[in-house]
Amino acid sequence: MNDYTSIPSSGGCRDLPVLKERGQREVFCGLTGIIWLHRKMQDAFFLVVGSRTCAHLLQSAAGVMIFAEPRFGTAILEEKDLAGLADAQEELDREVDQLLSRRPDIRQLFLVGSCPSEVIKLDLARAAERLTQIHAPHVRVLNYSGSGIETTFTEGEDACLASMVPGLAETRERELLIVGALPDVVEDQALGLLNDLGIDRVRTLPARRADDAPEVGPNTVFALTQPFLGETHAALTRRGARHIQAPFPFGEEGTTAWLRAVADEFDVSAETFERVTAAPRARARKAIAAQAAELNGKSVFFFPDSQLELPLARFLTRECGMDAIEVGAPFIHKGLVGPDMDLIAPGPVISEGQDVDLQLDRARAARPDLTVCGLGLANPLEAEGLATKWAIELVFTPVHFYEQAGDLAGLFSRPLRRRERLRLEAAE
Amino acid sequence: MKLTVWTYEGPPHVGAMRVATGMKGLHYVLHAPQGDTYADLLFTMIERRDHRPPVSYTTFQARDLGADTAHLFKDACRDAYDRFQPEAIIVGASCTAELIQDDPGGLAETMGLPVPVIPLELPSYQRKENFGCDETFFQIVKHLTRPQELTQRITANLLGPTGLGFRHRDDIQEITAILGDLGIDVNVVAPMGATPADITRLPAAHFNVLMYPETGEAAARWLERNHDQPYTKIVPIGVGATRDFIAEVRAITGVEGQVDDSRLRLPWYSKSVDSTYLTGKRVFLFGDATHVKAAARIARDEMGFEVAGLGCYNREFARDIRALAKEFGVEPLITDDYLDVEKAIEAAQPEMILGTQMERHIGKRLGIPCAVISAPVHVQDFPARYSPQMGWEGANVIFDTWVHPLVMGLEEHLLHMFRDDFEFHDAAGPSHHGGHAPRPMDASERDEAPATPVVQTDGSIVWLADAEKELRKIPFFVRGKARRNTELYAADKGVSEISVDTLYEAKAHYAR
Ligand code: SF4
Repeated sequence: MNDYTSIPSSGGCRDLPVLKERGQREVFCGLTGIIWLHRKMQDAFFLVVGSRTCAHLLQSAAGVMIFAEPRFGTAILEEKDLAGLADAQEELDREVDQLLSRRPDIRQLFLVGSCPSEVIKLDLARAAERLTQIHAPHVRVLNYSGSGIETTFTEGEDACLASMVPGLAETRERELLIVGALPDVVEDQALGLLNDLGIDRVRTLPARRADDAPEVGPNTVFALTQPFLGETHAALTRRGARHIQAPFPFGEEGTTAWLRAVADEFDVSAETFERVTAAPRARARKAIAAQAAELNGKSVFFFPDSQLELPLARFLTRECGMDAIEVGAPFIHKGLVGPDMDLIAPGPVISEGQDVDLQLDRARAARPDLTVCGLGLANPLEAEGLATKWAIELVFTPVHFYEQAGDLAGLFSRPLRRRERLRLEAAE
Repeated sequence: MKLTVWTYEGPPHVGAMRVATGMKGLHYVLHAPQGDTYADLLFTMIERRDHRPPVSYTTFQARDLGADTAHLFKDACRDAYDRFQPEAIIVGASCTAELIQDDPGGLAETMGLPVPVIPLELPSYQRKENFGCDETFFQIVKHLTRPQELTQRITANLLGPTGLGFRHRDDIQEITAILGDLGIDVNVVAPMGATPADITRLPAAHFNVLMYPETGEAAARWLERNHDQPYTKIVPIGVGATRDFIAEVRAITGVEGQVDDSRLRLPWYSKSVDSTYLTGKRVFLFGDATHVKAAARIARDEMGFEVAGLGCYNREFARDIRALAKEFGVEPLITDDYLDVEKAIEAAQPEMILGTQMERHIGKRLGIPCAVISAPVHVQDFPARYSPQMGWEGANVIFDTWVHPLVMGLEEHLLHMFRDDFEFHDAAGPSHHGGHAPRPMDASERDEAPATPVVQTDGSIVWLADAEKELRKIPFFVRGKARRNTELYAADKGVSEISVDTLYEAKAHYAR
């Protein structure tokens, strides 16, 4: 650790017992990641091989009716596809042919597995190999699982990025790889900061376009921007790359710690670090302070959703003065979120997995000032008098690094501010 | 396999959820993976429900598949009963669980739960959401109804309203009021608001009002066959249909009460001079069959529009829609592919679309105003104010809703006169829409948009530059019509190049 982050004197919560639950889960499946991944990768198409449910999930989670040129779609399995598997492969070839001939702008095609395609054991890896041979070099076809039986919400992005790693070209260069699909504006800010620190060989995964795909090798070091990238971490490690451990870049403290870890790796001097980060750090602190007034001393309860819960709990407890009652995450990958856990003072229940009814009982008993939960739970809890923050906004909104730190705090303070503001009773 | 980007209907188990969520005291145990819980947000977000849908998902995972998913299902069933103490339980499978063939119905039966357990068979790979509603409601009715004495007073059941229905909440109120005027009480409204105990009492009513054939017809037919309950065939959307519905109810029951229609304003609004500009507006209709059928009649008979095309997305009603299209002299469009709908609209070049939220988006792209008449629903389809589609107030609401997207009467003339004025130019759109109006495309955008000529024979028709320029001077809301008429005229005369002269000859030809 470094001097910018201090471990709580009582020790963090990395090694404290975790409440593991196994019951009904109220979370999205990994297909949901397509909503942001297709915006990030501008020449990629995501073809889900699934059911009407999968198509309906995508349109419902996106909350939009339609895009002018949608770069995702669902090949809906029909009765006849379920009867014989050989047919399904042929059907898939036909759909892909049609799609690619209509869309010459597409350079990467992801075949995305769903629960139905996995239960009937439709071999999308084989399909991807065959289709790559047919459509190379113009289009590369990859596959990953976004199914609900294999992946939870953000694990879909993890599976997608991991599927790209084996195909990345080999390099011996010493390069920094930033991993995680960030909005372009945020990514540019991060690249700007790294550049100012004197780290100029920086690549990103995923790249915005297929031609800009990064290379990877034994001299690559990588930093994750999202805590849910466990599989991608493993895939990069298998390619010989080395992970730079750090808290995640949420808030001023998280961003500083993350940058510090990267800077240390590249032997950036303390003076340079100070010179580059002083101004944005001050801005971030100021922006957080403006929001934190409303959050200070308030309690927060996290339902499991995106795996961002632990880093965000670190941010809210340490930078916004909140008390965490429970921090639920669908999975806890200590190799990734350990540094954040080190910084969270013991106290909150840390839970992994879910039994939604039991967890609702705990939330109702604790009556937190703010509950971070999915869209299916938010209005029902509001109706019970609990203020809520929709977790999905945390992955759809730019929240990383210094310039977004205030916005991140704002996402949590707004529901509280709104409650304060509304006067819906008679004056007397 | 069929590539789909967007669907009008969800899977059938979402239909079952609409029934369960509309009802009270019923619980749905759904064998499904975790991601399928997304469906909860349809109800809590779109409909702003203040309760979670009464659904327990088993959320089985890959590692359970080799082991014991059946056990998971039974646990979920027992937990759901213990926690929620429902009066009855429906059980079923989503698309994935259908493939693993655990037979939720059979499993639940062996558990000896102290309440009725109703198994659902909803074939996910063949059928869709509306079927899911209709079939689920039918199974519930079939399992729970018991022979009853008829109520002493004349009563009716209102059948079909569900969770996530297009204006169902307010339609119930409107129909209840009309029946009240006639001297008829409502026995049970179902599924919306009914408990399993209420369902038992359905046969006590003298007849059924089938509000939405999409979601209630199977139950209505079964009740007619098994409990001698006639049901109404007319859906009271629009002035004429409401009057016909009242006559139908009188014929079924023999009641003679009068219905107070003093609140009805559509007929006068439609006759008043400001509405003259509505005459002959060409409209394209698309949605669920019931709403499209009703809208077609209103459009022609009560608004004075011309129906330029119509269709529905639910194949179950294809026959009705084909008959309707024949009556209106247009080609029926039966499809659940929005791209086909977009193509048909582009070809028909209507001046307005009456459709779903999807057609509203299509209209935005094509620069054609649109009013929404049908599900699939969007948060905007659950307004805070009272806004039924049925009955007198429904007719008033429809008049307002359909006129709103159009350029208002006098404004239309001003646009003709001052079409280059900075405030009245094409792209400004109707003045009462403010900033987020569905902005019609500006002239250049619009004319570069693929304006599919109506006639595309081998010698396809070409617009000469001058004529194209002249066409652009015509205000946007009649430009489609002018283009179409000119092309028809040219084709008719065997002209392959359209000049300014052709344009004006066509104008004279079609002038009435
Ligand atoms: S959970 Fe499975 S079946 Fe459901 S939407 Fe996700 S991938 Fe499709």
